[in-house]
Amino acid sequence: MMPTIGTSGLIFNEPLLWEMGAKGRTAFSLPAEDVPRAPVNEGLCGVGPDFPDLCEPDIVRHYTRLSQWNIGVDSGMYPLGSCTMKYNPKTNERQAGLPGIAAAHPLLPADHCQGLLGLIYKLERLLAQITGLDEVTLQPAAGSQGELTGMMIFNAYHLASGNRRTKVLIPDTAHGTNPASASLCGFKPVAVPSNDQGILDARIVADLMDEDTAGIMVTNPNTLGLFEDNINAVADAVHAKGGLVYCDGANFNAVMGIVDLAACGVDVLHLNLHKTFSTPHGGGGPGAGPVCVTRDLAPFLPVPRVVKENNRYEWSESFPHSVGKLHAFYGNFGILVRAYSYILSMGDHLKSASQFAVLNANYIKEGLKAVFHLPYDRPCMHECVFTDKYQREYKVSTLDMAKRLMDYGFHPPTIHFPLVVSGAIMIEPTESESKQTLDGFVSAMQQIAREAETEPDRLHHAPHFPKLKRLDETRAARKPLLGG
Amino acid sequence: MRYLPHTPEEVSAMLSAVGADNLDELFAHIPEVCRRNTPLGLPEPLSEWELDRHMDGLSGTTAIQPEYMVFMGAGSYDHLIPEVIKQLLQRGEIYTAYTPYQAEVSQGTLQIIYEYQTLVSRLLGLDVANASMYDGASALAEALLMAMRVTKRSKVAVSRAIHPLYRRVVQTYLEPAGFEIVELDYNTQGRTDLSALDDSENLAAVAVQSPNFFGCVEDMAAMEKAIHADAKTMLVATFTEPLAFGLYQSPGDLGADIACGEGQSLGLPRSFGGPGLGLFACRQAHIRNMPGRLAGQTVDLDGKRGFVLTLATREQHIRRGKATSNICTNQGLCATAAAMFMATLGGTGFRRLARINYDNAEYLKGELKKNGIAIAFETPTFNEFVIRLGEGSKRIYRQLMAKKIIAGLPLDKYYTELEDHYLICVTETSTKADLDILVKEVTA
Amino acid sequence: MKEIEDLKLPDDLRYSKDHEWAAEEGDLFKIGISDYAQDQLGDVVFVELPTVGALLEKGQEFGTVESVKAVSELYMPMSGEVMEINDELEDRPELVNEDPYEGGWMIKIKVTDSDQLGALMDRQAYLATLKG
Repeated sequence: MMPTIGTSGLIFNEPLLWEMGAKGRTAFSLPAEDVPRAPVNEGLCGVGPDFPDLCEPDIVRHYTRLSQWNIGVDSGMYPLGSCTMKYNPKTNERQAGLPGIAAAHPLLPADHCQGLLGLIYKLERLLAQITGLDEVTLQPAAGSQGELTGMMIFNAYHLASGNRRTKVLIPDTAHGTNPASASLCGFKPVAVPSNDQGILDARIVADLMDEDTAGIMVTNPNTLGLFEDNINAVADAVHAKGGLVYCDGANFNAVMGIVDLAACGVDVLHLNLHKTFSTPHGGGGPGAGPVCVTRDLAPFLPVPRVVKENNRYEWSESFPHSVGKLHAFYGNFGILVRAYSYILSMGDHLKSASQFAVLNANYIKEGLKAVFHLPYDRPCMHECVFTDKYQREYKVSTLDMAKRLMDYGFHPPTIHFPLVVSGAIMIEPTESESKQTLDGFVSAMQQIAREAETEPDRLHHAPHFPKLKRLDETRAARKPLLGG
Repeated sequence: MRYLPHTPEEVSAMLSAVGADNLDELFAHIPEVCRRNTPLGLPEPLSEWELDRHMDGLSGTTAIQPEYMVFMGAGSYDHLIPEVIKQLLQRGEIYTAYTPYQAEVSQGTLQIIYEYQTLVSRLLGLDVANASMYDGASALAEALLMAMRVTKRSKVAVSRAIHPLYRRVVQTYLEPAGFEIVELDYNTQGRTDLSALDDSENLAAVAVQSPNFFGCVEDMAAMEKAIHADAKTMLVATFTEPLAFGLYQSPGDLGADIACGEGQSLGLPRSFGGPGLGLFACRQAHIRNMPGRLAGQTVDLDGKRGFVLTLATREQHIRRGKATSNICTNQGLCATAAAMFMATLGGTGFRRLARINYDNAEYLKGELKKNGIAIAFETPTFNEFVIRLGEGSKRIYRQLMAKKIIAGLPLDKYYTELEDHYLICVTETSTKADLDILVKEVTA
Repeated sequence: MKEIEDLKLPDDLRYSKDHEWAAEEGDLFKIGISDYAQDQLGDVVFVELPTVGALLEKGQEFGTVESVKAVSELYMPMSGEVMEINDELEDRPELVNEDPYEGGWMIKIKVTDSDQLGALMDRQAYLATLKG
């Protein structure tokens, strides 16, 4: 067995912010007041917020200690399936922090921010080139806002041809955001069962597709880590009834430089820059969810759009069929800068990134399929899905194994998703992990499988190393305590 | 490529482990028609140093301080950001972590969110704040959708003194599902005119911004009374400048049912409009209709205090098509920055900073007035107000621009009736000397 | 999870295929979810019930029951008017787990079509559906 990287160490306790400090401290260097005090309308004034007063060293220790209770990609392998936890390059942070970017006011006249408009324009072109689609909006602030934008484009497209459609087809393996986004746009989501191969069957889609259905949302590769081999036939069935094909590109990291989405029959696609294009997840965001479309759907993209005339960039609102605006300004621009920086650093190595991501996932699949049940034994893309079927015999569940993996120094994979697989363990290593790290991960998982047989209680009580043991989620939900 | 660990030897060892002859074979099962037959054809990769030079070039074209004086706010504010926040945000354990689904290895993020929720609910004067929305505009749209869920009504009223770009986002969100939006005009005082409410019945919510887009503080007390004349109708209070609540009463104290708006002022750079932060808070009674994530306090098996994401059954990953929102990834790191900012200032500092903003704006307002520049609305403001430059205003504005002074935001693009009007913003980053220069140049 | 043999399924109740039970109480019917249903859900954290006075058809949703990571709809086993709801579940949703037939009851209805009782299953028939 390989030595594991997980170990215990000294961790500090740390109170809540308002349990520390002392009134009168400050951690902020306030500027001198060099103008006279002005009278105020007392009737409108309040007492101000009840925040604790702290000094700068208080703040530094507080957040440094809290950070030590976390693990991130910078700490170690973080194989969360469908989340693409790849390395977040440090240079991206430098670029987004440049004064002309960080301090830029969004409503500056175009002549005073040409470089930034140019960045938007060029990033749109780069994403079009990478996906195979024609036009791009960078406005959506995250994947699910990209999905909502896509659904609005579906709606606007059908309205423009004079009919309102009411339903959208969504495979049962889809991420929950898909039906939620469709509903938000007023569509009724209709579930499409996947076949025994874990992918869509064009005949089932054709049977469900009618002229009241706006189209389909497909995740490709899907959440089982499988390529939707029938995507073209599915797209044909949808197009035959006048519908559109939306692709959830959450898993696009598997196919850069390998698949042409337009050739797959996809009309609308969203990308997650915080997955495929290396921008940090930040403990839950911010992300960015650009939407790419075919030329025919370009008139419906959100406004404003950057246009280039005579080598000069300008905002344009002249798109009368546009769905409108999703964000007060232009989306999470600082995230766009990081993705742009990544693409320029990678160039055609993006294809290598996808190849290695898929190689890594298949390597794990081969390494573990003897000890964990593999519900779909086919070549996988960037992630592989196992279950706890073999370990349930010893009354050990997916959750127990996920928690135990923490003790070995790995963040757990995605668990209990997709919903169609009972006890799912979904592993996405990404291209950032080396063979040595993967060997360590495989070895840890094998060891956990042995422990399931020999000392199941060790797993039931896992994790043992982190600062806290398993948390009582039932108590949190029954008597919600959401602030102090 | 420095981000990719794979050596040729390792690749061949791994390929043989998976039973493939080469990398292409891993993709052999993908139908031919789906494949790309040509290389990506992207520009040659840049070295770290070439990239720096390229980005310096793009960044160098922007009009920023100190070369320019930018008196523009309108939803994006120039505030001081302590170095301590910038450095702490770069802790890899914080910024490279995912959403804290695995609580035992995410206690840092979870406690940060819990503290953020607490500070935001105290700032806005409401019971519960969520873990963030994308930005102020989508937070407002989601608040109106929430009000319609709570009241089971399908019509909302929105003040025209709300940020015009927010109103467009609201329209984009509400239109496809067929909800009705009524607009309330503003009066000569630059405040929302509530008389239009008399014609509207069955409203799920009335949305008002304070300080509003013109910088004017609304008469929320009167509005609250008028809006709650129908006990079911919810008062949705929005804002673009939360620092104002260091001086003025908070939305919750004024009777708002939902408070939502932009949190960029709380320690986030303007960054060309994003990433910002949607603040969102409501009353305890409505938490199950709330969009977005929530962190809650609980205990671990040993009884030690800890935090988890909770009330997840409202969310898309469980309730799918019936969720309270489709939001998943939010603005976590921005919320972290905001929590740090509020903690850095403390209650005492927050009030002081708010007062500096107010005093600076009042000084500028007074000096402009003294020098014959019309102030459009005689209503109390915070750090923004509208001036009327009168005839030749466009020429004056251009001339100032040539002198590297951006004298506010021209309002005619957003309100055709406000030709020659400019929205001026001044924060703690301007000194008296800066303000005196602006006055001198505008009146020159 | 419980083995089927270990489930508590009282003889004097009627069961629906959606795992609700109904019991006659005076001129009203009391409704809740079965031991099997609560066991499948796991720790119940919240129960959403209709308002008193609601008129609901058989098979219509009358509320939802939530565990930490799942939401299930509750369906009317018979048509009727909601006369009373179990307010105690607001503070103590765990009663649905601990005592599904007594403390964990959900609503009392005045049935509009008492013939529908015949369409519900007795203990034996319900047990047979659970065994599949």
